[in-house]
Amino acid sequence: MQSRARAIQAVLELVSDQPVIVCNGFPSREAFKVKDRPENFYMTGSMGMAAAIGLGVALNKPQKKVVVLDGDGNVLMGLGTLATVGALKPKNFIHVVLDNEVYGSGGNQPSYSRVVKLDQIAKAAGYVNVERVREREDLVYEFKDMLGKDGPSLLLVKVTEQVEDVPWVPLPPAQIAERFRKAIA
Amino acid sequence: MIESDTFCQALQDIGFDFFTGVPDVLLAGIIETLIERRLYTPAVREDEAVAMAAGAFMAGKVPAVLMANAGLGNSLNTLASLNLLYRQPCLLLIAWRGFDGKDAPEHLVMGRTLPQLLETVRIPHRTLSEQTAPDDVRWIAQTFMKERIPVALLLKSGVVRGIQP
Repeated sequence: MQSRARAIQAVLELVSDQPVIVCNGFPSREAFKVKDRPENFYMTGSMGMAAAIGLGVALNKPQKKVVVLDGDGNVLMGLGTLATVGALKPKNFIHVVLDNEVYGSGGNQPSYSRVVKLDQIAKAAGYVNVERVREREDLVYEFKDMLGKDGPSLLLVKVTEQVEDVPWVPLPPAQIAERFRKAIA
Repeated sequence: MIESDTFCQALQDIGFDFFTGVPDVLLAGIIETLIERRLYTPAVREDEAVAMAAGAFMAGKVPAVLMANAGLGNSLNTLASLNLLYRQPCLLLIAWRGFDGKDAPEHLVMGRTLPQLLETVRIPHRTLSEQTAPDDVRWIAQTFMKERIPVALLLKSGVVRGIQP
């Protein structure tokens, strides 16, 4: 099993100009450190809403594959959005769930994802492609595959609890949004 | 009473082209019109709706979110830490349930508190009326892009035609 930062790095190395929405807490901070790019949107608050933001982008940019880098705590908080995605079925939506089974940004308290199968919920909700991986090579294989086919897709990536020593994203939120908007125009 | 067709057209005329939200019976006529025009994407929660609106805005759309005032409670943190913080404007069309204290009991606290709640988080708001409607729509258009934050238009019962509670 790899660390979340390694998994984020693998995804960000495989995308070209695709918009990537990163959930709040350490995932955004690690993504900024690993590979900042204008097509990254770093969510800082609004926990649970990364997939909803990504869905708003995906529905209105149907020619671009939109990637959401989400966490298990975030998905559990915004579980209803799995239904919205499953019902609307945007073909260009890739939901990567980095699942460390804890609230890593809140003190490593266990999350229900260790007993509740988020990938099976996504499948039941109507996601077209659903995969679960642990190793980096499997992540690379499945994510590449999802980039090339119609979704919505969900890739559940089991990651370790390891957290990188990373600062806050140093960009002002309004600048993150404006930079992202221009980059994906 | 304003026809929902006229109201939706007025919003489209000033640029709104992405509508999402969670239904309220006061909004039923408007939502029906938006569905006929293929402009409405249903959400399951109001915080999801305002987050989708932020995504839509960054993708080049001009978004509006429909909800009852109960939904303002559901979406308050997302409005504060996403839409307001990142300066992602959207129009909030809020059904003002419990406006005059004569409504189902679950609407009374939010009905009484709605304007103060919006003022506390600094979301500019107006209440739509048939007499001031053209001016209300002009206000939305101006405030929306100037402030680049969510603006709210409150809809009381009987102002836009629809199914009444």
